[in-house]
Amino acid sequence: MKILVTVKRIPDPDESLKFADGGVDYSASKWVPNAFDEYAVETALRLAEVAGSKERLAEVIVMSVCPQGQRQHVTQFLAMGAERGVVVDADDSTLDSITISKLIAEVARREEVDLVVAGKLSQDNEGNQIPQRIAGLLNWPQACFAAEVRREKDAKELTVSREVDDGVEIKKIPLPAVLSVDLRVVLPASVSNGVTAADHRYQEGARLASLRGITMAKRKKVQVHSLEDLGVQNSGSETTRAITPPPARPSGQIVASAEELVEKLKSEAKVL
Amino acid sequence: MSNVLVVLEFADGKLKSSCLPGITCAKQIADTNGGELHFLVLAAEPSPLAQAVAGAGLGATTVHTMASPAFEPFTAEAWADGIVAAVHATNASVVGGTASSSLRDALPRAAALLDAALTSEVTAVGAEAVLTRPISAGRALLEQASSGDVAFFTARGSEFPPTEGGGAAATVSELETAEVSTRGVSVVDIQKTKSTRPALSEADVVVSGGRGMREGDNFKVLEELTDLLGGALGASRAATDAGMVPPDLQVGQTGKIVAPNLYIAVAISGAIQHLAGMKGSKTIVAVNKDEEAPIFQVADYGLVGKWEEELPKILELVKAAKAG
Ligand SMILES: Cc1cc2nc3c(=O)[nH]c(=O)nc-3n(C[C@H](O)[C@H](O)[C@H](O)COP(=O)(O)OP(=O)(O)OC[C@H]3O[C@@H](n4cnc5c(N)ncnc54)[C@H](O)[C@@H]3O)c2cc1C
Ligand SMILES: Nc1ncnc2c1ncn2[C@@H]1O[C@H](COP(=O)(O)O)[C@@H](O)[C@H]1O
Repeated sequence: MKILVTVKRIPDPDESLKFADGGVDYSASKWVPNAFDEYAVETALRLAEVAGSKERLAEVIVMSVCPQGQRQHVTQFLAMGAERGVVVDADDSTLDSITISKLIAEVARREEVDLVVAGKLSQDNEGNQIPQRIAGLLNWPQACFAAEVRREKDAKELTVSREVDDGVEIKKIPLPAVLSVDLRVVLPASVSNGVTAADHRYQEGARLASLRGITMAKRKKVQVHSLEDLGVQNSGSETTRAITPPPARPSGQIVASAEELVEKLKSEAKVL
Repeated sequence: MSNVLVVLEFADGKLKSSCLPGITCAKQIADTNGGELHFLVLAAEPSPLAQAVAGAGLGATTVHTMASPAFEPFTAEAWADGIVAAVHATNASVVGGTASSSLRDALPRAAALLDAALTSEVTAVGAEAVLTRPISAGRALLEQASSGDVAFFTARGSEFPPTEGGGAAATVSELETAEVSTRGVSVVDIQKTKSTRPALSEADVVVSGGRGMREGDNFKVLEELTDLLGGALGASRAATDAGMVPPDLQVGQTGKIVAPNLYIAVAISGAIQHLAGMKGSKTIVAVNKDEEAPIFQVADYGLVGKWEEELPKILELVKAAKAG
């Protein structure tokens, strides 16, 4: 089995934003991997490995559309355990979701992967659409907002628990398919592959790279593409008119006691 | 014509009330575009659903229906096929609805099949259909224009008032059923969280607990306050991840976006991802033992203290206030 994981770099979400000229100035930002993509890589690795053994059930390829020379996030995911990388040299902040989805779909086709795993959301752009688009372009089934993923040994399908508005939906999808992962997919027992012992518990969260992983990452293969050689044109369907800070909330007050709180909720805020 | 097509959702034979803010957003887009408002009903037997919606007078001129057993239960695969066929048949130039988990699943897939742009979680409609949406956990607002023959949107439910009925009735029009396929997927089960409380995203009052509640049992005092206020219970990611309450109670960037009249955050620190889901609330109350907690920066009323001591007092005082 071949798994393609899509990964993106984002400006550190803990930094405050610098607004300038109707936009945000990211020139001094620290760039970090999108958290949902760390979870996506963790999901793929859990599907691919047999805990406690060297056996591998799948090859994990990480793919990113990112500016030339800005691939620390890709190296980081290779250090975490992915086998190899594919990058498209392009400043993704200048490409719309249509274009990025086409680039990823084209790589999935060429690599003949069985599964694409993506994060459900990029924390900066918050498009919440690229995985669904990839599935549409490939005409494959999709399971979005996954909290649990189960695969029986050698099965050509996945059983996915998806977080939906009023609960959890359990969806079976035949492979090849696209998966988008939500936060709880990295809880200790959220992913099973039918080969790792059923009672195995992973450490919560995405794994850290080991020292050996970091050394090995430098030697792993990263294939480089351009829009041209993937035959994709920049669609340019979206134009940003402005990026502005949201209106600030007027500052509030600290009350001294529960009595004062309830009194003010009643007489001042009039919400009781 | 630049008509706006809203994809509707139903439960137990009734229009979901969560669709109503999305209709309001669509109407605003139609007004700036000079187009008509149309609805789309995808179901095994859409006629009775469509008749009821058409009669409710929600502002649409036409309610389109497409019938296929593949539309139930919902799958993004079949719905995207239906939506694409409906766009072709109706020449809609804008397609969308409320940003529910289903439409967030199906609309981007349909948009990809039509090579169309999609603007997610729209919070405001400007001139020439420039749409505003929050980015970076609500720390910035992006105003975006889309080009192309057709453009998609999802509307953030908390940001638009629900459309009210009582207007002119709409015409129902049957669309030919397109080739619709679930691509071999099956929905094995839908485990609905049972609750007698109002839906989180529609409640007037939301009471949320965080990691500082320590365990699920301790949420009882929050539930009591919630019920006293007729509200909905919410939680931070830390509380849902720890299994104190079900995951669909999570408020935040990755959970529900709420904007009630009153939001009470108890033992929640106020991480930006949590704030992204509740900053739009009218009145925010925070109870936290740490006076440095960032939640106090957005709270209208902050009480520094332990929930173990303060919540029972608040509960009694609210009871008294309600009685008096
Ligand atoms: C990609 C991503 C997405 C995320 N999405 C979300 C999201 O949608 N929603 C969300 O909520 N989080 C989200 N998070 C997590 C978020 O960053 C925080 O980790 C989380 O909100 C913290 O939850 P908390 O405030 O309950 O816990 P903590 O930050 O641990 O805060 C607990 C608070 O309780 C207080 N406290 C402790 N004991 C008591 C007591 N006895 N009485 C009173 N106060 C007490 C403490 O002072 C502290 O302020 C996301 C994170 C990531 C990386
Ligand atoms: N530039 C990119 N390169 C690779 N994957 C991406 C890129 N942008 C988005 N993705 C993937 O698509 C997911 C959803 O992104 P979005 O639709 O922008 O919210 C992310 O979590 C990534 O897995």
